Amino acid sequence: MSRPTPLHEVHKSLGATLTDFAGWLMPLRYGSESAEHTAVRTAAGLFDLSHMGEIYVTGPGAADALDHALVGNLGGLEPGRARYTMMCDADGGIVDDLIVYRLAADEFMVCANASNYLKVAAELTDRAKNHDAVVDDRSDSYALLAVQGPNSPEILAQLTDADLPGLKYYTGLPGTVAGVEALIARTGYTGEDGFELFVQADDAVKLWHALMEAGASHGLVPAGLSARDTLRLEAGMPLYGNELTSATTPMDAGLGRVVRFDKPGDFVGRAALSALETEKRLVGLVMKGRRVPRHGFAVVDAEGTVIGEVTSGAPSPSIGRPIAMAYVTSTPAAVDIRGSHEPVDVVDLPFYRRKK
Amino acid sequence: MSSIPDELSYTKEHEWVAGLDDGLTVTVGITAYAAESLGDVVYVQLPEAGATIEAGDAVGEVESTKSVSDIYAPVGGEIVEINQTVVDDPSLVNSDPYGEGWLFRVRIEGTPDDLLTNEEYATLTAAES
Repeated sequence: MSRPTPLHEVHKSLGATLTDFAGWLMPLRYGSESAEHTAVRTAAGLFDLSHMGEIYVTGPGAADALDHALVGNLGGLEPGRARYTMMCDADGGIVDDLIVYRLAADEFMVCANASNYLKVAAELTDRAKNHDAVVDDRSDSYALLAVQGPNSPEILAQLTDADLPGLKYYTGLPGTVAGVEALIARTGYTGEDGFELFVQADDAVKLWHALMEAGASHGLVPAGLSARDTLRLEAGMPLYGNELTSATTPMDAGLGRVVRFDKPGDFVGRAALSALETEKRLVGLVMKGRRVPRHGFAVVDAEGTVIGEVTSGAPSPSIGRPIAMAYVTSTPAAVDIRGSHEPVDVVDLPFYRRKK
Repeated sequence: MSSIPDELSYTKEHEWVAGLDDGLTVTVGITAYAAESLGDVVYVQLPEAGATIEAGDAVGEVESTKSVSDIYAPVGGEIVEINQTVVDDPSLVNSDPYGEGWLFRVRIEGTPDDLLTNEEYATLTAAES
């Protein structure tokens, strides 16, 4: 039985189509997912992301513990800043991709994927055991609401005194939103400007209604996981379970920059990752036709030989044609869609970049 | 609750059939329930006009953001017309599944006897949802 989020009754009253996702009962869409997607690109969307994991790492040794446990340089992160990073296995395979928020010198919050947070919490606990740090999985007590889209700053500004203009991309600060205590982070997974608001589960419904009211005149609509998936795909952002798996390294995914070999000390996966030669690469495909490539479909070269596999695919509302990310070992010419080789254009990622 | 018009016949695979009464040419589409389950339809592939089909054949597909479904022929016969408008604008399947979103017309050979009434189809979808 999938777990409802603290906003379950809100979703039901909005008539959401619900779906099981990583053990949670999540809103897939409220109406038209394409309309939700477009709203986020042109106005704003409100997402319930309460399935995500929030794991605190605190104590004088917290930074050292994270530098050992993760591939990024978290000791080098200023308080108030956030960083995209990964946890890898000793063999270099990806355990999860994460955003780590440094809340204070000795306090970090690790935001993990719903499908992985129990494993991440267990691994962090294990990897921190020789450090003066405490790992505390607080996922159950947190809800996460995201306001994403170009209108999100003016919507949020109505509800908080926090210095939003001073809150740059990939920073986070504690504040009050609609009378609710929140960690206000300028992060997201849509390719748009926006905010993620980490709040106590009991405050989620109150905050949702306040945001919807403040956003009513700014085009804010509730948006589900379906729109979130097409938004992140257009933005070229990887998804764990698709582009990222335990059989994939950060280098495979074109994210070698997150592995900080220059940081002091050993970290889990360092030896394997530094010796690595990657053969596959992640590419962007735009279909010439209208049939949609899906996760697991074969990618073929000009001779029709299989050279890789689609990891994510969807119709792209912004581009108007189906798009996909795929791992390949040479130059793709087509995707095998139910037996028919449908031709592709190979493009640089991301597919979509917002205007600054 | 999606609409299930009285005057149509239905299949378990969520197609509707109109015009059985005159016994010659019928119109086929997918139901509002199917359209809502699929989400935004982005691509419709239909059989060629002139093709001969048998009831139960997979004759096309309807693709949405998240999934793809086969279209099964509810009746046998010859395809006499396809809805090029819905090929060009697949969102009509969502906005008007029983009207502008029709898919194709078939000149039928005999009357099929295994189609569902609106009440039987309502029972089926109530059990699925």
